[in-house]
This record gives sequence, structure tokens and C-alpha cells, in this order.
Amino acid sequence: MNFAKNRTVSTVPAAKTGLPVWMMGLVADRLRADANRLLAFLFNQGILDEQFLQLQQLRDESSPNFVSEVVNIHFHESEKLLRNLRSLLMDREFSGYNKMGIHLNQFMGSSSSIGAKRIRNACFAFRAASEQNSRAGCLRALELLEHDYCFLKNKLHELFQIQQQRVLAAGARYPMQN
Amino acid sequence: MSITSSSAAWKPADVVADQFPAGLRVLVVDDDPTCLMILENMLRTCLYEVTKCNRAETALSILRENKKWFDVVISDVHMPDMDGFKLLEHIGLEMDLPVIMMSADDGKHVVMKGVTHGACDYLIKPVRSVEEGDRQPKQSEDADYLSSANEGNWRDSKKRKDDEEETDERDDTSTLKKPRVVWSVELHQQFVAAVNQVGIDKAVPKKILELMNVPGLTRENVASHLQKYRLYLRRLSGVSQHQSNLNPPFISPQDATFGPLSSLNGLDLQALAATGQLSTQSLARLQAAGLGRPTAKSSIPMSLVDQRNIFSFENQKLRFEEGQQQQQINLLHGIPTNMEPKQLASLQHSGPSIGNMNMQVASHGAQNNQNNSSLMQMGQPQSSGQILSDTTVSHFPGRPSSMGQPILSNGMAASVASRNGISENIGGPSYNPVSQASSTLNFPMNHTSELPGNSFLLGSNPGISSFASKGAFQDVSSEIKGSVIFIPCYDIFNDLNQHKPQSWELQNVGMTFSAPQHSSSLQGNLHIMQSVSVQQGSSGQMNGHSRSAAVVSKAMFSAEDIKEHGNAQNINQHLNNLVDNAIRVKSERVYDTSPANLFPDHFGQEDLTSALVKQQVGIAPTANEIDFDGYSIDNIPIPSAGTRVSCYFRRDRGLLGFCRVCFEPTRIG
Repeated sequence: MNFAKNRTVSTVPAAKTGLPVWMMGLVADRLRADANRLLAFLFNQGILDEQFLQLQQLRDESSPNFVSEVVNIHFHESEKLLRNLRSLLMDREFSGYNKMGIHLNQFMGSSSSIGAKRIRNACFAFRAASEQNSRAGCLRALELLEHDYCFLKNKLHELFQIQQQRVLAAGARYPMQN
Repeated sequence: MSITSSSAAWKPADVVADQFPAGLRVLVVDDDPTCLMILENMLRTCLYEVTKCNRAETALSILRENKKWFDVVISDVHMPDMDGFKLLEHIGLEMDLPVIMMSADDGKHVVMKGVTHGACDYLIKPVRSVEEGDRQPKQSEDADYLSSANEGNWRDSKKRKDDEEETDERDDTSTLKKPRVVWSVELHQQFVAAVNQVGIDKAVPKKILELMNVPGLTRENVASHLQKYRLYLRRLSGVSQHQSNLNPPFISPQDATFGPLSSLNGLDLQALAATGQLSTQSLARLQAAGLGRPTAKSSIPMSLVDQRNIFSFENQKLRFEEGQQQQQINLLHGIPTNMEPKQLASLQHSGPSIGNMNMQVASHGAQNNQNNSSLMQMGQPQSSGQILSDTTVSHFPGRPSSMGQPILSNGMAASVASRNGISENIGGPSYNPVSQASSTLNFPMNHTSELPGNSFLLGSNPGISSFASKGAFQDVSSEIKGSVIFIPCYDIFNDLNQHKPQSWELQNVGMTFSAPQHSSSLQGNLHIMQSVSVQQGSSGQMNGHSRSAAVVSKAMFSAEDIKEHGNAQNINQHLNNLVDNAIRVKSERVYDTSPANLFPDHFGQEDLTSALVKQQVGIAPTANEIDFDGYSIDNIPIPSAGTRVSCYFRRDRGLLGFCRVCFEPTRIG
């Protein structure tokens, strides 16, 4: 089924999904529904906030994958920061909260820019604990942070996958128009 | 992450372009790549050109390489290699760019630190872009952002963090100052031309702005100037009608005028004008004369006068005129007697300025008829003295009794007159300015019996001319053809900003005249000058040129002071002082009368100056011996002792504070 060979639109999606072309539309709808459901879930749970939506609005033709790019960068950095935090906290000679504060600050800024509300709140807790000079408190807060972070990461990955599929599915429609 | 080259991504949201300055070149510095990317994207959506870098050092080097390239910098606070505040300092010092700090840290102390370090703004992450939600063209809301200075605007559009704590820190637009518009003589003339073209009734700022076609001038500038101008015209027309009843409104208009005018430089002039004696022209002249010499104290009054004149035009034309008329009378008559010691003293201080003023007044008076026109012209930038000759001559051809003439008549007049070719007699040295060697400055006051109620107010007002035609000047046989000298005062007056009291010297009188920026101010100045001259005239004949010169200079000085103080009274006082102590005309009155009387028109500044110079012969303010013989102005109210003058300070000059009590012009700052 290579009707679309002459067309600029790639027909690969159709081949990949293995679905007949006429079913592509249904797939697209399903994917869209899935994505919405997931987003709604994340918002309801307070994991994401409007900032994420703003990111989505920044996406356009020139940078269609903007959101996923940014989020991936964020994840990359966050993991580094979290690792640093943990190492600082677990350090034998606890140097002090200053360094941690810097890392934490960056982590907080990064997360809030993404729209990760829950993670940001967890950072507040961490900061409060560090202000109280409570190492245990910081440790607890760090764990919470890590947990939230992992959760968010998974969910966002899932979201991006759906979106990718949607793109594919959208591309697969074209062959139907011949 | 190294620096990405900037790129202007023109997104389809062109509507945004209306609200934000597109093409704004932004440098973003943040060690967090996430933020960097998000910011970059957001700014691109706003159609800005974004350059991002993740290290402060890199940012600095970029900025140093392309010094003028960037418009604004956004920087994170906490960065590994350099503290954001340090970067802020560097940028502020080296490049003087607006810097916006941002951070997830919203602690008060940090934010305050940002503010104290000079950050334009402090954003809390996450940084939101307000225009995201306002893709629709929404001009009303953001219009004002854009209306004011540039870089601050886009910042306003960006939503701060939802936690909005940083909003207390914003001093964005406040740090971006709009340059004050200085209404120079040319500018004002352009303005007047435009107004006349459109018709004063139909003059709307927008149209005027278009007609003027001056880059950088905003509608607001024009609007405010137009308002002042309208007030001035009203005053002019009002003054001319009040020639007879000068006295009563004397004080009141003054006070009234001073009030609102206080804020204006030209207040003094206006006050003077209000008092009726000083025609704006004379004031202007005086001021012009005074302005020309920044160093001479006498110039101060001139400048004051100038300023007042200018403002008198603009603000309270009516009052000015009224006052002028009154003033003139006062000046003419009561100058010698009423001048309080203090005033005289101050007059003396201004010394030459009075002379100038006298000159101006004289010239002014001489050119009563032409006052208006010439006054206006005085506003033209006159290079010392040029105006005198040019404007005064041309303008006051037929001045009946140019008030100013008498002043100039004596030595100054001669020179002035010759310069201007104003054939009008300035009348004999009716003006006996205070000891200042303004002999020539015979304030035609003596002659100007009719101190045309400060008709010297900017030529635009026929009243002025009538004032000028008071006759005092006419009789002045002195060569001062009228306001030759005074014209320059106008210019000086106009140039509120420029005139420096210091530069007020007799010699410079002529020079100073070129300063005025507004013809209107000139008129105002003339008024002052006239009043001064009136004063002087009233105080008696100007004994010598020096005398008149002194008076004039004093007057000018006073005028300047007045301008400074926005108090005609001051000017009057100055004038009085200038006029040699003896001229104790109520400052207000003096001014009112003299300018109007003395400076019917623009007196050639040059002439005045030269005249003044010549006359400046040991101008020694004599106490209370202003004998304005021949000063036939009747109703010149003489300011009584104890007249309070308000002080005003020219902030931009940081100049004079004119003491309310001692009338001593004090340099401040």
C-alpha cells in the first residue's frame, strides 16, 4: 500500500502502525484522548501546573518538539542535581547547607520552569529543612524529591510517547486522501 | 552550553509586534539550560532577538565585544562561575544596560539585593510570558508599557512569577528616564508656526506634532506645551486690557500666578508679567541678557525673567499681562522708592543684569508695537546680541514708546538702537537703573507713561505692543531703538534650561539674549525686562549707560532669578535691585512694568549687550536712588517693602534659591 509514494507525506507511519489506513483516524483520536487524560491526571494531582501549558504553547512549527526537548534537558540536569544533593547530604563531613542550597535553588528553578508543581513544593520542604539545619529533615525531603521526580519523569515520558504517536498517526492520514 | 547566536524567529503572532518592541536584543544568562531554553523561546515569541549563554563570563565577553548591540540583559542570580549580582554590577558599570535578575529564590533579602545593585527588575522563576495569553491584539493594556521607554516595556509584559513577590522590587520604568524635552527657541517657533498654521482654535497636539515634524518629540510634549502656550496667550490678551488698573491685581495675580507657575521656570517671569510691569519681552530680554553670562549673577535674574517669561507665555498669559501693566507702572514710578534694601541688594548683585534688563526693557519698550512679534522672535536662538539687533530692530519699528527703549536709550540704547536700527527712541534714559552703569538704559519708563500693561508680552499679543507703546519709551530719545537688547533676553528667557544665572553679565547681556528658547518666553522675559526697565526708569533717569546696564542686568538677573524662582516678585526684586537699590519696585510690579514698558519688542541683544557693556561703568548699585524721571507710567504699583518672593530652584540647574526673606539669590548646588 504505497499509494502515497508520490506524495510528500511519508507513508511510513501507516506501515509502522500496521493498521489499515482507514483506521488511522481512529488511532489518532484515541491517542489524543489518551494524552488528554494523562495531562488531566497530572494537573489534578498537582504534579503539573499552568507553566507546562505555557510551554506547550511555545511549541510551533519551527520547534514542534519544543516541549519534549526542554523537558528532556530538564530531566538531564535534574538528575545531576539530585545526585549532587544526595552526595552532599550523605557526606561524612557535612560541609553545610550552602552548597546544597545552591543546587537546590537551581533544581527548584528548573522544575518550576517546567511546571512541575509538586517537585517545586518538595523543594520548598527541602529548603525549610535545610534552614532548620535538620539533616534528617533534609534527607527525608530529598527522598520525597527523588520519588516525585521519578514519578513525573515516567508520566512525562508516557505523554511524549503518546504525542509522538499522534504525530505519526496524523502523518498517516495523508495517504487516505488520494 | 555555549552561546547560541541570536535569531529572530518571526512567529505568526505578529499581533504581538504591536505590543512589544520587536527586535529587542536580549541577552539571557543562566546556568540552567532548561530555563535558558524556555526563556529563549518565550522571548522569540515576543519577536525579540535572543542570545543565550550559560556562563557569566561568556556573557560579559559578549557584551564587551558588542557594546551597543544589546538592549537588555536577563541574568540568573545564582550561577557557578560568577554571582549574578556581580555580573549585574559589571554590566551596569561598563555597558549601562538594563539588567533583569531572575531566580527561583524569592527571599526578600535577595530580591532587595538585586534592587540595590541596580537591577531593573527581579523575576521569580518560573518566568511566564504574559503575551502568551494575550495573543490577540490587545493594545489598550500594553500600550502604556510601550509608550514609555523601551526596554522596560517588554519586561512588564512578561508575567512575573505567580508568587509575585518580586513585584515590590520593580523599578523598571522608573529607572528608564525619559529625557526632558527642552523647548528651545527654534522648537518653540516651530511650534508656534505649526499652531498658527492650524489655527489656535483647532490646534491639537497631534496635528501640531505632525506639522512640526521633529524627531523624538512626543505628543505629550506637544500637548503640555500647547497648554502652556494657550494659557500664555490668554494672559496676553487679558493683560492688554488691563492697562489702567494695574495696581489692584498686582499682588493677587502675582500670587496667583506664582502659585501655579512655581513649578515652572518661567514662573518668575510670569509673575513679573503678572504684576504687569514687566513685559515679557523685557523680561525676556533681561533674561536673555542675563543668560548670556552664566557667571554673572546678574544673569540670574535674567534667566529668571526669561523663564518666567517663557512661562508667562504659557501659563498665565493673562495674569502676566495684567501684572505687567501694573508692574510697569510701578516700575516707572515707584522703583526708586520702593525698592527695599534687600531688593536693591539683590539687584546689585545682579548688577549687570539689570543693566541688561534695562537694555532689554528699553528695547522692549521701544518696540512695543512689535513686541509681540519680536518677542516671539526673541525666542529664537540668538547668539548673543544677534537677536538684539535682529529681532528688536525688525520687530519694534513702530513701537510707540517702547518701554524698553528708555532703558536702552542711554548708552545702551545707542548701541542697541544702532544695532537694531530701531528708530524708536528709547527715550531718554528714563531708566536709571541702580547704580549699575546702565546709563543708557534709560528706562523709557519715564516716557512710557503708558506702560502698555506689559503688552510686551510676546508679540503675539497686541496687548504687549500697546504696552510698549506706553510711550515711555517712545520718548526715549536714546538710541536704543527699543528692545534691541531685550530681544536677546527673550532668547535667554526662552532658554530656561540654559540660562545660567552665572553667566549673567552685562557684557553678556547681549549674548545671553540668544539663549531663549521660546519666543514666548522671550516675551515673558521682555516683560520682566520691561518691568525692570520700568523700575529703573521710574527710579529716575538712567544716569549712564552703565546705570541702565546695571539695572538691566540686574533686572535680567532678577529675571533669571525669577525664573528660577518662578516668582515674578523675585524678578521684580531683582530688577529692583539691579536697578540700583533705589528701585524698590515691588518685584512683581517692577517686572510687570518694565518688561512691558521697556521692551516693546525684542531688543537686539547684541545691542543691548554692547550697550550694557559700554555702560557698565562701575555699576554700583546705589541705594534707593533710582530716579526714574520721566518715567511717566502712572499706575505702576510699587511693591511695598516686605514683599514676599518665593523661592524657586531650578532643579536642572541646581541654581538659585531665591530667599523669600532676604531676596538674596542663592546659588544652590
